Amino acid sequence: MMTDGAARPGIHCRDVTKDYGTGDARIRALRGVTVDIHPGELTLLVGPSGCGKTTLISILAGTLDPTSGDVEVLGVPLPRLSKSAKSEFRANNVGFVFQQFNLLPALTASENVSVPLVIRGSSKAAATQRAAPLLQSVGLGDRLDARPANLSGGQQQRVAIARALVHEPHLLVCDEPTSAVDARTGQVVMKLIRELALSPDRVAVVVTHDSRVFSFADRIITLEDGRVADDQRVQPQI
Amino acid sequence: MYWIALKMLTGDRSKYWAIIFGITFSCVLITEQSAMFCGIMVRTASQIRDVHDADIWVMNPNVRYIDDLKAISDNAFLRVRGVPGVAWAVNLYKGGGQAQMANGNYQSVILFGIDDATLVGAPQNLLMGKIGDLQRPDAVLVDEAGFRYMWPDEPLHLGKTIEMNDRRAVIVGIFKAKRTFQTLPILYTRFSRATLFVPPYRRMLSFVLAKCAPGESPEVVARRIHEQTRLKAVTQDQFSWMTMSYYLENTGIPVNFGTTVLLGFVVGCAIAGQTFYLFTIENLRQFGTLKAMGMSDRRIVRMILMQALVVGSAGYCLGVGLATGLGMLMQTIRPIMSFFLPWQVLALTGVAVLVIVFVSSLLSIRRVVVLEPGMVFQ
Repeated sequence: MMTDGAARPGIHCRDVTKDYGTGDARIRALRGVTVDIHPGELTLLVGPSGCGKTTLISILAGTLDPTSGDVEVLGVPLPRLSKSAKSEFRANNVGFVFQQFNLLPALTASENVSVPLVIRGSSKAAATQRAAPLLQSVGLGDRLDARPANLSGGQQQRVAIARALVHEPHLLVCDEPTSAVDARTGQVVMKLIRELALSPDRVAVVVTHDSRVFSFADRIITLEDGRVADDQRVQPQI
Repeated sequence: MYWIALKMLTGDRSKYWAIIFGITFSCVLITEQSAMFCGIMVRTASQIRDVHDADIWVMNPNVRYIDDLKAISDNAFLRVRGVPGVAWAVNLYKGGGQAQMANGNYQSVILFGIDDATLVGAPQNLLMGKIGDLQRPDAVLVDEAGFRYMWPDEPLHLGKTIEMNDRRAVIVGIFKAKRTFQTLPILYTRFSRATLFVPPYRRMLSFVLAKCAPGESPEVVARRIHEQTRLKAVTQDQFSWMTMSYYLENTGIPVNFGTTVLLGFVVGCAIAGQTFYLFTIENLRQFGTLKAMGMSDRRIVRMILMQALVVGSAGYCLGVGLATGLGMLMQTIRPIMSFFLPWQVLALTGVAVLVIVFVSSLLSIRRVVVLEPGMVFQ
């Protein structure tokens, strides 16, 4: 599904708007967002609560449709895809890291990491086999069989990062990956994202309001009131 | 994919067992009540099935069931014997009698009078005495349950006497009979003797029992008997179904049991449906995560159906097992209780469980299918 990332921007948004509700109850969450996000760099989406960060990342991940505007992700016009085609696109191309980790509590760490592969059709044995080295790379090689309830918040987020990367997606979206962990663990999580997630053919977008992790970014896009208020390219401090 | 569904299902043990409990409870109610209903229905025809030698029952055309006694001409058996394809035909008297006990009390009994010469139609499973003893003067056979009913404090033994229609009757044998619907003692004697044990009527013959000649079909011969004698002639199986159909159509038994079965079904639907729905609601975030990661609605529906099938199967096995155990226990403690579990009851319960889990999962499926994957970011 992916087109040539080197020739085109990884994500291409033009005049994207998103309304919730109708009539008098209508709320405009995005007001004409135009932005290009490139592969090979870590892009942070920042801004105050209610500025539209989560709405924008949901549209970029293909879990929400814009009200108007053009959205092209990895060369694919996502809003024009059918529901099932969007599911297939996400299964093949998108890795997710959520604020609350969203691990399946009944599965072990390695089983959780194998879920994206299973969704793509791998057998359980093959998927968990591929999950093991990835869990080792995030420092959880000795916790393969641990369930989320027996892992700390930081460990759970590391499992979530491994799960997001196991199927080698071309787009990684992270929603507030450090907000549910302490400051020190947050640094570890961002370091892992930077080290493991960045590659020339992968677009990495992180939504955050945690200014302590800005130093990991190559680019910081600030949203305010549904618009891009600022777009800075920065030098990572790592 | 299915292993994920299974782990999600069994991950929350309390919910998992609550759903299974709902289905098990429903299953026990449905199986137990249906089996009791079948047991009662089978008992209505037990006196027919206790007659082993005959293929065909011939009777008054207006008879609707075994206890609907309408006498026929005393020489009817001779006309039946003349029908081609009939090997033999004998008299059978069936009626209600009043037995006077030694202490002066009266006891209603079911009285059978079998052919004097051949004793065809006599019970097979004798616990004491011999069939041939019926040839002795005043001789009667009584069923085991009837003996215990009439003489509750005495062990089974022969030689007890009763009076019927001012005539002496001596117990010369005790047999094991299938339980009857009316639970009255069953007495067998010779036809000539039976007609003396009850007040006289113009006609005393209740049924003619007939046997087909070798190679003849009972259905064909029965039709032939009807055509030639204008009497009703049916096979043993047909007569059993006639009797059961009568009780089904003319008593409140099916409605009473049907209501309980329906209640079991509704309660099962309510408990299992609600718990399964709650289980899904509590796992919505997990389903949302799977949808966000690209799992299609179709696969999620299959996962939910699989979860429903697993709890349904577990509930069915437990429920049927419990119901069977309960039925056997009941019959051990109180043999008078009826319990008959044919495969049709198991199939009916299985279908009911399938409907319950399907209805339960429909609510959950609807909730998950309309779920927006974007909710995982909220």
